[in-house]
Amino acid sequence: MTLPRVLLAAALAVLLVLPALPSLFGSYAVTVFTLIFFYGFLGQAWNIIGGYAGQLSAGHAAFVGVGAYAAAVLSQDAGLTPWIGMLVGGLLSAALGAVIGYLGFRFGLRGFYFVLLTVAFAELCRLVASNVDAIGGALGYYITFTGNPRHFQFQDSRAYYYIALGFMLLATGVVALIERRRFGMYLTAIREDESACEALGVDTFRVKLLAMVVSSFLTGMGGTFYAFYLFSLQPSTVFGIPLSVEIVIRPIVGGAGTLLGPIVGSFILSPLAELSRAYFAKGGWIGGHLVVYGLLLILVVLFLPQGAYPWLVKLGGGRFLGGGLRPPSDTSPQDGAGKAGARSGPS
Amino acid sequence: MAVGLTLIFGVMRVVNFAHGDMMVWGMYLAWVLSTRFGLDPYFGFVICAGVLFLVGVAVQRGLVDRILDAPHEMQILLMLGVALVLENSALMVFGPEPRRVRGVLRLSTIDVGPFIVDLARLVTFVVAVVLSVLLWAFLFKSDLGRTIRAAADNGYGALVIGTNVRRVYAVAFGIGAACVGAAGALVAPFLPFSPSAGLPASVTSFNIVIIGGMGSLPGAFFGGLLVSVAESLGAVFLRPSLKEVVSFSLLIVILLFRPAGLFGKRLS
Repeated sequence: MTLPRVLLAAALAVLLVLPALPSLFGSYAVTVFTLIFFYGFLGQAWNIIGGYAGQLSAGHAAFVGVGAYAAAVLSQDAGLTPWIGMLVGGLLSAALGAVIGYLGFRFGLRGFYFVLLTVAFAELCRLVASNVDAIGGALGYYITFTGNPRHFQFQDSRAYYYIALGFMLLATGVVALIERRRFGMYLTAIREDESACEALGVDTFRVKLLAMVVSSFLTGMGGTFYAFYLFSLQPSTVFGIPLSVEIVIRPIVGGAGTLLGPIVGSFILSPLAELSRAYFAKGGWIGGHLVVYGLLLILVVLFLPQGAYPWLVKLGGGRFLGGGLRPPSDTSPQDGAGKAGARSGPS
Repeated sequence: MAVGLTLIFGVMRVVNFAHGDMMVWGMYLAWVLSTRFGLDPYFGFVICAGVLFLVGVAVQRGLVDRILDAPHEMQILLMLGVALVLENSALMVFGPEPRRVRGVLRLSTIDVGPFIVDLARLVTFVVAVVLSVLLWAFLFKSDLGRTIRAAADNGYGALVIGTNVRRVYAVAFGIGAACVGAAGALVAPFLPFSPSAGLPASVTSFNIVIIGGMGSLPGAFFGGLLVSVAESLGAVFLRPSLKEVVSFSLLIVILLFRPAGLFGKRLS
């Protein structure tokens, strides 16, 4: 049994179990799982540009915000169903992603400078949104509850569970498709050595731009879910740096640039966030869960720079596959080679 | 006011996302010193600088040192983690309410011609300028300062000629942290602060450093001047709440056309 088959079997098993869970769980567990799926989805979308292509975007909240506001405003003021507004939001986010990507990549911003560019754009969006009174300004935008599925609103919180699950699977499907194609190989090659990749004749500018557009489109669609799950939008939260951190941290902890990394990361972090939030809130210590986040991030960077998923695969591979994790002939760059692949690649 | 502050910010060469949060800790330290021990921030800032120096050395030694060879992104993520821990531990310890340190100089003003100058701000400004000049002198005139600049310029080369580069990095990081600690203590008397002030402070200081030029002292000075003037103009001509739009737009333009900053050396 080769590794892809094990993964496939595991994925199928999970697929069969997850839809059945809400009928067994209480509403709190359903909420936690909904958040796991939703952040897994956002992480997966980020993974395309941040993980595979290695372009660390720290401003993905901008896309969530644009998508959220677009769908919410269109639904409330123009009566357009969010099911279509979701695509409009995605397209707007993709347009913004294209602008950021065009500027960043055309002018050759790498590393820290690209990070700052994305942060600057997200902050600009936040400031603009807090100053446009038509969309509520700094007070935020509120959505009237109708409970009508046509308005992306549901009486039953389990509906959100299934939608979030669907979102996550959709994004994972997209990433799986990308990973298998030449496009995915290009992205990994750019992450590992951009100059070499360019020297081999790859139009790295176009590849990176396309990755950015796909990533921001998906993230923008996620904005619709965000808006209609919470029913209110505040510029400081939906465009804020903390949300960008939430998006980035899951794939990093789980394993950036791997197919299941963001999901593993979300399954680790989202329950941890909820539990520690509840635990620290009891002691009156707000902010405790973010301390846990920070410590975890430091630990992962220091000891597990490729994230948890490649490590789990290695652990599981050693135990169940008799160490035959990867046959020598399989030198495909996409699995295992995490961000700091050069430093301690799995052998 | 930002000018004196950014003079200090500019010298930090490490990509330090925890910058603003270190400043906030400096502010809280000044607050503790003044409320518990009755020590005025204008004297307490020395202690704040000392404590933050140790924090900086610890962060560099314990964390950054281990991943110096790793990709740049990992350093950014690491510092982000440190920033999260610092900011939210401040939140846990001190709570979310804004605080203010009562300095001896509060409410005292002096008249300079047609202007009325807040004495607290004036003293802070003067102390900041003096500190900056001292820092400049240290970096350019003393042996250790020269070593720091050498290691920053070419770490490998410095290693070859026998410099203990890691120790130098630790000292440099510590001095940077001490500077923000002192800055935090000095602005605490007239700037109410809360734990969440750290992140915006980090972003603003990055803004200034990038616009002025990474690692350039005059760049930080004029970058700070430029940003504060641009924001003031933005507040007049647009809306006060839109003033930051100006500085972020400025940042984006600078990033695109001159990523080395106005005063930095051209990137090769």
